[in-house]
Amino acid sequence: MGIIQKSQLKSPWVLHYDCSSCNGCDIEILASLTPVYDIERFGIINTGNPKHADVLLVTGGVNRRNARVLKNLYNQMPEPKVVVAVGSCACTGGVFYNCYNILGGVDKVIPVDVYVPGCAARPEAIIDGVVLGLQKLKEKTQMKSEEVAK
Amino acid sequence: MRELVIILLVLIAAPILGGLLSGIDRIITARMQGRVGPPLLQPFYDVGKLLGKERILVNQRQVLWAIGYLALVITSLAMLCLGSDLLIIVFVMAFAAICFVLGGLSTKSPYSHIGSQRELLQMLSYEPVLILLAIGVFLQNKSFLVKDIFARPEPLLFSLPLVFVAVLLILTIKMRKSPFDLSTCHHAHQELVQGITTEYSGPYLALIELTHWYELVLVLGLVVLFWAQPVWAGLLLALAAFFIELVIDNICARMTWSWMVKLTWTVGIILCLVNLGFNLI
Repeated sequence: MGIIQKSQLKSPWVLHYDCSSCNGCDIEILASLTPVYDIERFGIINTGNPKHADVLLVTGGVNRRNARVLKNLYNQMPEPKVVVAVGSCACTGGVFYNCYNILGGVDKVIPVDVYVPGCAARPEAIIDGVVLGLQKLKEKTQMKSEEVAK
Repeated sequence: MRELVIILLVLIAAPILGGLLSGIDRIITARMQGRVGPPLLQPFYDVGKLLGKERILVNQRQVLWAIGYLALVITSLAMLCLGSDLLIIVFVMAFAAICFVLGGLSTKSPYSHIGSQRELLQMLSYEPVLILLAIGVFLQNKSFLVKDIFARPEPLLFSLPLVFVAVLLILTIKMRKSPFDLSTCHHAHQELVQGITTEYSGPYLALIELTHWYELVLVLGLVVLFWAQPVWAGLLLALAAFFIELVIDNICARMTWSWMVKLTWTVGIILCLVNLGFNLI
């Protein structure tokens, strides 16, 4: 494994977007940045800029107003990137499933790599989700380099 | 031949040193906040990752200014190590910062523009102190040459103590630490996104990060000048200044730009002028 691929696993910068969450999951994401969980141990930085981010953490179900914003954020992130849906609402729509204004989970709009269930998702589960996402990132880059080799 | 060796050494050793220093910075900051912190090599992982990302440019000028920023910072660092004119080093540093600002202004993003304007205000704050530092050195040595500072038997710190305090003040601005992390930082998402570096991504952001490492070594090099003989004492002084900056960073909130300009144009300049006045008497 090259230096760049190794670095990709060691420095995931996170972008956090709240679609229409009740803020429960958002608070848990921010909790994982605090000294108790200290995700900077894994090199994770919470960046507010999609152009710098590697991992997109989305909370809440998607509605018709913010689907466009979510797509825009996703398109602005440079490859390779991973999307993690945090919480029941982001996974499926949760309690808002079939509401007239909710399109459903995040995967209705952008491709999702990791689903973190829970209402609200616990910080440990969110950290696990990001780590799992990194493994998917590794698989993605390996598949890409194999394609290039062919 | 000797010059070439020094320049090569600057090119290779400075980013390694700068990267390690910013790794130490992140660990010490984390420990001060009661956290474990990232591994020492984290800044290198960050840059390695950025190099592997997709290349997205808003326009061609952006990368031109980023390269200009890198080249001019390396030039001023090499000039410092070769012992050339301090005043010219200050001017080359200023032009490097201008390149960075122009890179930020070349895009249409409002966040990038706010960051660039603030970077200009930061320059407005620290340039007078840097020039007064060069003048103070001239009054002591009757020459602007860094070589002559190293030839001096006694340290500059004893004759320019107040200028040293002013330089510590502007070191905070140059290192982009709180309370003066106005133009770009990882903590100001709500107001700035990433400020001046908002529109840089992937390998181009890695270029900016690399430049910041060179710049860190450069500004700490300016601190070394205060205790040039023996040079290890100067290096210890620079490390002490680095640690003081980290403490200030962790106990301060981000202040407004007007506060920064007021502070440096009153306290900073007055400290320098009083010191120079005493030297002239």
